[in-house]
Amino acid sequence: MRALRAAVALGLVLVALLVQSSVLGHVAWQGVVPNLCLLVVVGAALVRGPEFGALLGFVAGVALDLAPPADHVAGRWALALVVVGWLVGRVRTAQTADVRPSAGSVVLTVAAASFVGTSVFALSGLVLGDPVMGIGDLLTVILVALVLDVVATPFVLPVVLAVVRRLDTERERGRRTERVLT
Amino acid sequence: MTAPTNPYRGRERRWRGAGRLDGPTPSRALLVALLLACACLITLDQQTDGPVEAGREVVGEAVGPLQSGAAGLVRPFTAVPEWLRTQSSLREDVAALEAENSRLRQEAATSGLDRNRLAELDGLTRAAQDGGFTLVPARVVAMGPMQSFSRTVTIDAGERAGVTPDMTVIDNDGLVGRVLRTTRTTATVLLVMDPESVVGGRVGESMEIGFLRGRGAIEDGGRLTLDLVDGSVVPAEGDTVVTWGSDGGAPYVAGVPIGRVQQVWSSPRETAKFAEIEPFVDFSSLDLVGVAVPSGTRSDRGVLEADGSIR
Repeated sequence: MRALRAAVALGLVLVALLVQSSVLGHVAWQGVVPNLCLLVVVGAALVRGPEFGALLGFVAGVALDLAPPADHVAGRWALALVVVGWLVGRVRTAQTADVRPSAGSVVLTVAAASFVGTSVFALSGLVLGDPVMGIGDLLTVILVALVLDVVATPFVLPVVLAVVRRLDTERERGRRTERVLT
Repeated sequence: MTAPTNPYRGRERRWRGAGRLDGPTPSRALLVALLLACACLITLDQQTDGPVEAGREVVGEAVGPLQSGAAGLVRPFTAVPEWLRTQSSLREDVAALEAENSRLRQEAATSGLDRNRLAELDGLTRAAQDGGFTLVPARVVAMGPMQSFSRTVTIDAGERAGVTPDMTVIDNDGLVGRVLRTTRTTATVLLVMDPESVVGGRVGESMEIGFLRGRGAIEDGGRLTLDLVDGSVVPAEGDTVVTWGSDGGAPYVAGVPIGRVQQVWSSPRETAKFAEIEPFVDFSSLDLVGVAVPSGTRSDRGVLEADGSIR
């Protein structure tokens, strides 16, 4: 069951990566495309909490860093998505974990996650001297990315949440009975 | 005076209570470990030819064919917007093209002789210089997102097609970029728009040389900055910029058109002149490109020889 969960999570990341790089390029707005990998990490963290979120964030980030068209310093997207996965997971645990998040709160979470993720990536680039772009351009990209991520949310997150929840029901059931016993 | 001892205690308890609802607090150790792993990866990638480069190759070998497949699946649908155009817009296009056609025909008629002589000379010098090059056709199968602040694409021609790093990539309109790294079936191309791309350019009309830098710009179309070596020369607006060419044709072959001068400004502080270049290539709709390989390269597909024949 554990191996299956990991495989499905990896599959989600791979599909997100392929769609993001090969398909969404055709609908890019000023070169920016919805960051599907980030949405998958947000979805997984919302259901499974900070540890799984951070772990999947690392995997998705490394995939983004190493998959072909990428040419930036590897590890930058990994860093950004680990932070995103952890923070989103923390937000979920700060709320009550068993209540399903409302659509509005999911959209807000995605907006915050997108802002934090792209910003961490941009800041790491500034520190490492990786891109030679102006601050104005960086901010524009961060805002456009935020808008596109929010636009993509209704199409992507329900699927991600459904898939991760479905795999999660077994575990949840086990945990709930445990809680009742204690 | 015993009642308002600590008004925050209640709230504190509520927060803690909410945390406890979810069982044990999440392990900080995992977060720290992952962050350290990221830092480690960043450090490792600072050295060229490090282990990360090997990782890129492995991931590229695996993901490249999948990207080609995904791009192939979507390709039929990318033409759909073309079908939905109105007749009046098509008619306008035809009128504009006819006007341009007649203007070009006029120009060709008046400057035919000069052009032919130039072409002969050019052909001679080129044959003497580098023996010509062959084009390997390829399609763009993946584009790097702007969120990564770099402009790169993947093409579906790799080592098997005879493509190796530091080769020039062009399309119908002009210079696209150069090959950064290859796998067996795909290659990563650094577009000239990338902020880290520098191309030696020559202003066609004055033969002055300079360096073209990408801005990674996101404004419409994107622009390149031309930094002229000789600060006393002012390029005219509308001048064409071509590649200056490197020794042995790598990474850039000579004489490929890059763009047109759109605006010129000078910086008194640096006592230098800069020109803004509008590239001929439309980078937002890049699809069919050609990689310039030395003629005689073995390839897994039909290649275009310098004289126009297909081998």
